[in-house]
Amino acid sequence: MLLLGASGAGKSTLISALAGVLGSSDEGEERGSLLVGGARPADARGRVGLLLQDPDSQVMLARVGDDVAFGCENLGVPRDEIWRRVGDALDAVGLHLPLSHPTSSLSGGQKQRLALAGVLAMQPQLLLLDEPTANLDPRGVVEVRDAVARVLEHSQATFVVIEHRVAIWQHLVNRVVVLAPGGGVLADGPPDDVLRTRGAALAAAGVWVPGHPPSRPLRAPRGAAAPAATPAAAPYAAPGGPADTAAPAATPHAPIRVSRLESDELNSASPLGSDRPHGAEPPLGVSGVGSAPLRAGGNRTGAAPLLIARDLAVARVKGTTVATGLTLDIEAGRATVITGPNGAGKSTLALTLAGLLAPAGDTPARTHPAGGQRGASDTPARTRLSGRAAAQPAGRALTASDAFAAGAGPHPIRWKSRELLTRIGTVFQDPEHQFLASTLRSELAVGPRALRLPQPQIDARVDELLDRLRLRALAEANPFTLSGGEKRRLSVATVLATRPGLLVLDEPTFGQDARTWAELVALLAELLDEGTALVAVTHDAEFVDALADAEFRMPGSLNRDGAV
Amino acid sequence: MSILTPLRGPQAVYALNPVAKLAAALLLSLTLVLSIDWVSAGVALALETVLFFWAGLGLRVFFLRTLPVLIAAPAAALTTVLYGRPAGQTYFQFALINVTDGSFELAFATLLRVLAIGLPAVVLFVTIDPTDLADGLAQVLHLPSRFVLGALAALRLVGLFLDDWRSLELARRARGVGDSGRIRRFASQGFALLVLSIRRGSKLATAMEARGFGSSIARTYARASVIGWREGVLVGLAIVVALVAVTVSVSTGHWNFIGSQG
Repeated sequence: MLLLGASGAGKSTLISALAGVLGSSDEGEERGSLLVGGARPADARGRVGLLLQDPDSQVMLARVGDDVAFGCENLGVPRDEIWRRVGDALDAVGLHLPLSHPTSSLSGGQKQRLALAGVLAMQPQLLLLDEPTANLDPRGVVEVRDAVARVLEHSQATFVVIEHRVAIWQHLVNRVVVLAPGGGVLADGPPDDVLRTRGAALAAAGVWVPGHPPSRPLRAPRGAAAPAATPAAAPYAAPGGPADTAAPAATPHAPIRVSRLESDELNSASPLGSDRPHGAEPPLGVSGVGSAPLRAGGNRTGAAPLLIARDLAVARVKGTTVATGLTLDIEAGRATVITGPNGAGKSTLALTLAGLLAPAGDTPARTHPAGGQRGASDTPARTRLSGRAAAQPAGRALTASDAFAAGAGPHPIRWKSRELLTRIGTVFQDPEHQFLASTLRSELAVGPRALRLPQPQIDARVDELLDRLRLRALAEANPFTLSGGEKRRLSVATVLATRPGLLVLDEPTFGQDARTWAELVALLAELLDEGTALVAVTHDAEFVDALADAEFRMPGSLNRDGAV
Repeated sequence: MSILTPLRGPQAVYALNPVAKLAAALLLSLTLVLSIDWVSAGVALALETVLFFWAGLGLRVFFLRTLPVLIAAPAAALTTVLYGRPAGQTYFQFALINVTDGSFELAFATLLRVLAIGLPAVVLFVTIDPTDLADGLAQVLHLPSRFVLGALAALRLVGLFLDDWRSLELARRARGVGDSGRIRRFASQGFALLVLSIRRGSKLATAMEARGFGSSIARTYARASVIGWREGVLVGLAIVVALVAVTVSVSTGHWNFIGSQG
């Protein structure tokens, strides 16, 4: 059974109630009755298995085998029986690892499968999954979905899943229940029937329904920003494309629903529509180096890039470099997406570009002009080898153009925290990491206040953002009490309050419902059209389709890279 | 090296029940703090050194892990030399510093004592697996499983806190408040970490509850925690070392109960 409903309809509350983990009467009100297999859920523990959203908070013990055994121990299963069940459960979820394997080294998808095995070992009659794939990359989603499918084939258990993205589970369930916001059941029936009759309404409420894609913004034609643009070079100026008709209009667009046909045309006309053939070039260059169509795009604007990375090496923790030989330009009004497998260093690169992490092997500041280094770094094989040497010669690593730095120096990592505000804004993967204040209003004012803007101006900016991101009604709420989608909108709003020239986003669409997704993409498109540069780390193919002007694919793990 | 993945190896010391290791280390240190003479500590240290050869730690690991003790011991000795209770001939005096025969003797005793207590403790503790310790505490000592396993699960969050702390640091810089004083930043960041960790903790608690933790059913244990002859040998060795040290010290007249004038 697939449980659907708008945000706040009570899906998670229902599932927690079924699992008997809703807490006691002093933590909330309880009315009506709920019986699981004829017993109260709190007494039916063990008969009900629950899998939650966050992979990190579901691993309890240090070793794979012990973690799976944990539930059985609590149920008082005899020792021999426990280890037999542990083996079966790990087989069922396809996790073929030694029992002593450390749980800390598992990927997100593996952790979720481990948690699923732990639940299965308890042999529940009712299996509850609360958005089990929301925090996973596409590969992890498939891993978990397939594991559940395999389990259902061999089990008689009743299966209930909550999920925003219908397509993942559509073919595994034989019943869909839609909860109404405010109480009650809106629809209940076979998947095809419910999705046919309720599809549009569900999509409007934020559910990802196949055949009802969220609306996508129409970007202003790229040429509009630069007077010297030649239509032939603009990637979107395909015959019949919107660029022909809309060229003079540089006004930001409100979100407009693009018909499937139009957006397909857009995609095929953009350099991202297909896997770009790089020729002999290893998969590193984005704009500028190594990819002809994008370089043409880069020259088109006529302005120098805001940031230039040349053979950059990045490290999250000093001394452990996660990626090397990264070469890319960040330009005003263009969206660069960073893609690649887990652990390739995408986030680390983004945080380095954002001036928050020092490039690996950084040396004291040296002034070198932003231009004039292109030729020097075009031999990746040579530079990559020396890139790992302790000292980093001038001309590599990360430099900001003089115009972008505006007097703060060429190295973003050496900018003061306050200087970063108007230049680079960073939206973190976990919004909770960046919240500082106790109300939304004061949260939004943190940046402008750090800039020492006059109070009336701060108020004006905060009010504008509250309206623009539909947060007005929550102005006095605590940021931590918001829903996932609201937190994401707030984290973007806090960054916009200081109007940075470059926006860096780490997985901005992770776990977001379709409505928040559409709003976010529309907002970002608007900012791009106004000339803001954008860097986004993402796994989200639709996000890439909708916004990206350039895609930077991470070269992969360092080992593979080092073998070049 | 994470807190949850301690050293592992085939030697007996790794397989010993952590409760026995705790008992042995406790026994030694409690005996040795009773006196501050150099003889008891020296004898104990000599015997322990012989035993370390069987412990199964490689030389490199041994020195790496015991480095804090190896640094602390001479440091403690040096302070005792300079400031220890004066007795006998005075060699050097400046302000509070008073280097005498007595302070030298006391310093030597301190050096040996820190080593004799610290080294075996480190050797025994670095080979303790927290999961095994929890099993031992719950099954051998019969401490409440709720408390022991709760603490064990919480231990796993420590690694996540480190990541959180780093992210918080970066986020503060990104939000424009990273320029303020180090102490102020530390305090506010610490509070933010507290908020995050409580949220993580409650999520973990829900997940544990969903797996039947804390129910009224009598719990079973997937891993048996047993006390056998090996554990007996370890505790026996600790008793022998303590007894020999005390006997030699008393019979040579060096033993002095802490606090009594000697």
